[in-house]
Amino acid sequence: MRKILTRPEFVPAVLLILAFIAGTIQSPYFLDVRYLLDSTGPYAETGLLVIGLTFVIISGNIDLSVASNLAFVACATAKLAQIGLPMPAAATIGVLIGGLLGAFNGALVAYAKLPSFLVTLGTLALFRGMAQALMGSASVQVPSSFVGADRLDLPLLGVPLPFGIMIVFVVVLGLTLHRTIFGRWTFAVGTNEEAAFFASVPTPAVKFRIFVLAGLLAGLAGVLIDSRLGVARFDHARGLELEAITAVVLGGVSITGGRGSMIGSLLALLLIAVLKTQMILANITSEVQLTVTGTLLIVAVAITGVATRLSAPRKA
Amino acid sequence: MRNSLLILSLAAMALVGCQRSTDGASSGSTTSSGGQLKIVYIPKNSGNPYFNEVVRGFEEAAKAAGADFTTTAPATAEATSQIDLIKAQIQRRVDVIAISANSPDALNVVLDEAKAAGIAVITVDSDLVGNESHRDAAVVPTDFTKVGESQIELLGSQINYEGEIAILSATRDAPNQNSWIEGMNETLKQPKYAKMKLVETVYGDDEPQKSTTEFEALLAKHPTLRGVVSPTSVGLAAAAQALATAEAYPGGAKANGPGLMLTGLSTPNQLKKFVQDGVVKGFQLWSPYDMGVLACNLGIAIKKGEVTPKEGAEFEDPKLGKVAFGKNNVLSAGPLVTFDKSNIDKYNF
Repeated sequence: MRKILTRPEFVPAVLLILAFIAGTIQSPYFLDVRYLLDSTGPYAETGLLVIGLTFVIISGNIDLSVASNLAFVACATAKLAQIGLPMPAAATIGVLIGGLLGAFNGALVAYAKLPSFLVTLGTLALFRGMAQALMGSASVQVPSSFVGADRLDLPLLGVPLPFGIMIVFVVVLGLTLHRTIFGRWTFAVGTNEEAAFFASVPTPAVKFRIFVLAGLLAGLAGVLIDSRLGVARFDHARGLELEAITAVVLGGVSITGGRGSMIGSLLALLLIAVLKTQMILANITSEVQLTVTGTLLIVAVAITGVATRLSAPRKA
Repeated sequence: MRNSLLILSLAAMALVGCQRSTDGASSGSTTSSGGQLKIVYIPKNSGNPYFNEVVRGFEEAAKAAGADFTTTAPATAEATSQIDLIKAQIQRRVDVIAISANSPDALNVVLDEAKAAGIAVITVDSDLVGNESHRDAAVVPTDFTKVGESQIELLGSQINYEGEIAILSATRDAPNQNSWIEGMNETLKQPKYAKMKLVETVYGDDEPQKSTTEFEALLAKHPTLRGVVSPTSVGLAAAAQALATAEAYPGGAKANGPGLMLTGLSTPNQLKKFVQDGVVKGFQLWSPYDMGVLACNLGIAIKKGEVTPKEGAEFEDPKLGKVAFGKNNVLSAGPLVTFDKSNIDKYNF
């Protein structure tokens, strides 16, 4: 029993079930699978950020720039398409730009040994500023053939394409995190970087790659937001990094690194999505929504904290 | 351990569960086919007194029409913050969505979904400029081409259409300000206003301090100035404060002759004190309340098929009377409202 309680996924899993029950009680329109799936569009984008941040935070770092990266890629992709590049090329370049921005963060953190909080606090503003410099306050339309990926269903699975993409990445990168050497290195760096280094873990390379990964995923999210909204603007996804970080922490990833799981992050993301969807559906005021989300985070962190402390003596 | 977990989880659930929305009770059982139309209004953001006034208009018009009205708003006026809200309204099977759009183009896709679901879509106050095909009609506060004329007429009536006047504007390149000032200049050419002479137009940049300085300079430079019109709420409030301090208003201790008459555009709350103290006699603004009324009635009529928005077509509002659609199916809610001692206490925005 204690083992289940202290698993990082436990709290979000329980809350997710409760949230579903609450949603069903609250509104007759909530329990509609089609509607719930149709509402996943924005959360698929958040989810890609969440996946990257799960690696980043488990490695003991933080990336505050992911949403700004997303916005810059969204703008750059739309601009490239506007000047005549075929959309698949523009989208591919967009994702690579995301990786490049991630590499910029990664180089400063891994090789220049700067604190990730400061580096990405800087690039949070920098990338957003670059997006605004590129676009001004205008918006650029995305070619209509590219609009509406979130309304395309994957064959067989029947889930919208962006959500499907996110799930694929959760599975692949979840296995990477929990079943490969690279994943083990990620935990090792987050638990004790110095010890990891002396245990011949290539710590700078691990950190660098993690930031590139977070950048690539943010880039992909930027391309998806273009497709969902049909327009690119510099202020897309403003503040989304906080929602993504909230999901990661709520999912049981330790903010100081070394602990967490991909499935926990996913469950927490779904929890936030379900809660927000049901509250919006019930026309609950935005201040109450913020209160609920904030309370939830504190409750989850408190439960996890208590659970960890209870399990600690056994380890010692 | 297990008990405390349970309690915490239940508390979290209760937090969500207890917050039943206002629509839970009233609209839970109604359907669009049952006759009672469901109308929702989505302002730009929550906690904004201006939009609360629009909501009040909706509420009263919906009550009169026997429709079910709810409102929901995003926390911030972000370009994309209304998308999820619109999606939820489609799922709630509403009949009319009225929205003060936070973006002229980010809502295109989701509004098309709403229209495809048979929902009448109306923009209120803030339209989808350049993307008008994604909504059925728009309700704007007033006919903005008539603001300049209306302001000069108000000032004229306050100073017997005679004497030197000046304009205190916002920034030099604000498009709306400039078009209103142009309208004022045009109006002054009419014979009725022949004895009113515009001596200077100054710019306070919508900053209280700069507006005050510019206004004081006007008083110093033109001792015989009879009137100032400031078609911006920041400028007007700053000028009213400066005028109160200078005691140069009609009836003030240091008034030069009949005194200086100050007017312009502002929300009533900002100038209530000055009107009650007699510093400002009257000023104007459009009525967000009327906008709500018109948008509500228009939405119902469009949904019921009683009116088809088209340039030149007319819509008979049960409360505001006949209004005609302009270009791009835009309806103006009405002329500017003049606020003075007799009515200012009735408004709260």
